[in-house]
Amino acid sequence: MPILTVDQVMHAYVTNQSAVLALDHLSLNVERGEFLSFLGPSGCGKTTLLSIIAGLIEPTKGRVLIEGKEIYTMRQTIGYMLQHDYLFPWKTIKQNVTLGLKLTGKYSEKTEKQTLALLHQIGLRDVDDRYPNELSGGMRQRAALVRTLATDPKILLLDEPFSALDYQTKLKLEDLVWETLKQYRKTALLVTHDIGEAIAMSDRIVLFTARPGKIQKIVTVPDSLKACTPFQARQHPDFPPLFQMIWKELENIEQT
Amino acid sequence: MNKHEWLQRIYDQHLSHEKREKRIVRLFQIMIMVLFFSLWEIASRFRWIDPLLFSSPSSVWHLLITKLRDHTLLAHTTVTLTETVLGFIVGTIIGVCFATMLWWFPRVSKIVDPYLVILNAMPKVALGPILIVALGPNMTSIVAMGAIISIIITTIVVYTSFKEVDANYIKVLQTFGATKRQWFIEAILPASFPTIISTLKVNVGLSWVGVIVGEFLVSKQGLGYMIIYGFQVFNFTLVLLSLLMIALLSSIMYQLVSWLEKKLVKGA
Ligand SMILES: Nc1ncnc2c1ncn2[C@@H]1O[C@H](COP(=O)(O)OP(=O)(O)OP(=O)(O)O)[C@@H](O)[C@H]1O
Ligand SMILES: [Mg+2]
Repeated sequence: MPILTVDQVMHAYVTNQSAVLALDHLSLNVERGEFLSFLGPSGCGKTTLLSIIAGLIEPTKGRVLIEGKEIYTMRQTIGYMLQHDYLFPWKTIKQNVTLGLKLTGKYSEKTEKQTLALLHQIGLRDVDDRYPNELSGGMRQRAALVRTLATDPKILLLDEPFSALDYQTKLKLEDLVWETLKQYRKTALLVTHDIGEAIAMSDRIVLFTARPGKIQKIVTVPDSLKACTPFQARQHPDFPPLFQMIWKELENIEQT
Repeated sequence: MNKHEWLQRIYDQHLSHEKREKRIVRLFQIMIMVLFFSLWEIASRFRWIDPLLFSSPSSVWHLLITKLRDHTLLAHTTVTLTETVLGFIVGTIIGVCFATMLWWFPRVSKIVDPYLVILNAMPKVALGPILIVALGPNMTSIVAMGAIISIIITTIVVYTSFKEVDANYIKVLQTFGATKRQWFIEAILPASFPTIISTLKVNVGLSWVGVIVGEFLVSKQGLGYMIIYGFQVFNFTLVLLSLLMIALLSSIMYQLVSWLEKKLVKGA
C-alpha cells in the first residue's frame, strides 16, 4: 500500500472578492522511502498541496490518505517545514527546535540531546541560547529544518528548505538530509525551484502546470543517479541530459 | 598597532562618546528642574505670582515636613497608592481576559464589536456617581473607578494585537498537533507581550485619573481628597503637595512597568 495517496484533490481559495482554483484534480501515489520533488511555476499551488497533505487546509474536493487512513488521525506521522522559517522570535534556538517534542509529548532528556546533536551536525554550534534574530537567514532555515526533523516524522514535507542558503552550504546540507532520510527510510516531498537539486535528491520529479496546478508530467530519475549522493549525482554523466529534458518541459509549461 | 588594539580603541571611543552624551542630557534635565523650582520660589517671594494661589516650593516643603511628622501624608498616600495599584491590576487583568475571550470566540467578537466602540467612546469617569451609589462610598468603588477606566481600551488594543499575530506561527504549531490552548500559550500571548506592556504604560496613567476622580467624589481620604479639601479651604500649598506626590508615585509606577518590559520581552 502506498504510504501517501492524493486522490482527485481540488482546491479553491474562496475570499470575499472571488473564488480562485489553485489545484485541479490532482492524484498521486507515494511509496514508503520515496523522495519526490515538485517543480513548477510560481503560484501553481505547490505550497497549497503540501498544506493539504499536512492537514492544515481541507481540500475543497477529494481526499488525502496516509497508510490508507484519513489524515487528521495521522498528524504525528507528518513533519512540515514551511516556506519561511517561522522560528518563534521570543524563544531561544534550543526552545525553538524542541518545540515539536514538547507539543507531541516526545520530550525527554534523550530526545533533547539528539535534537541538539543534530543542530550541531548541521553546522549550528554555540547558538542554543541565542534568539532567532541574532542568526542569519541560512542559519535560521537550518534551525527550522532541525525543528521539523526533531519529532522524527515518517513523511517529511519540505517547502524550499534550502532557498536561503549559500551554494556550498546547500550542497552539503543536501547530502546530509539525503543520507539521513535514506538511512531511516523516510518518505519526503520537496518543493524547489532548482532543477539540479530536484534531480540530485529525488527518485521522481513531479512537474506542475501553471495555475490551476495539475500534474504535467512525472519524471523518474534513472537508477544510476538515484544510487549517488546528491553531490556525486551533480557530477554524473546522466545528469546533464536529464537537466536539459526537464528544462525543456518547464519551458513548454510556461509557454502554454 | 595591531588590529585588535585598534578595534579596542574605537570601541572605547564609542563608549566614552555615549557616556558624554548621557551626561549632557542628564545635566540639562537637572538644570530644568532646578531652574523651575528656583523661578517658582523667586516669583512667589517677589509677588510676581500670588503666593496664596501658587504657593512656593519652600512652603510646600514645610508642609511636607509637618504632614510627615503627624503621619497624615503617609496615610493618605498609602490609601491612594493601594487603590491605584489595585485598579491598575484589576483593569489590566479583566481587559486581557476579555480580549482572550474575544479571540477564543470569534463570533462573539463580531457581535459585541459595536458595543465595544460605544463603551470606549463613553467617558468612564461619568459613571462615578453611579458606581458610588451601587458599591457604597468606600474604597471598593474607587478601585472600580481606577479599573473601569482602562478595561475597555485594554480589551480593544490587546484583542487587536492577538488578531494580528502571524497565522503562520499557528500553522507551525498545528503541524505538531497543538490544541487551541497551546496556540494561545505558545504563540498568541508571547507575540502580544510588547502590546500588552505598552497598554500597561497607558493604564498606569488612566488608573490615576480614575482613582483621583473617585476620591474627589467620595471625599474621605487619599491624595484626591487632599486636593479637594485644600481647594475648599483655599490651602493651595496642600493641593500642590498632593500633586507633587502624585507625579512622583506615578513615575515610579511607570519605571516599574518599564523594568517589567525588559524582563518579559525577549528576542525583540
Ligand atoms: N490564502 C489564500 N487566499 C487566496 N488565494 C491564495 C491563498 N494562498 C494561495 N493563494 C493562491 O493560490 C495559488 C497557489 O498558491 P501557492 O502558495 O500554493 O503557490 P506555490 O506554487 O507555492 O508558489 P511559490 O512557488 O511562489 O511558493 C496562487 O495563485 C495564490 O495566489
Ligand atoms: Mg510556495
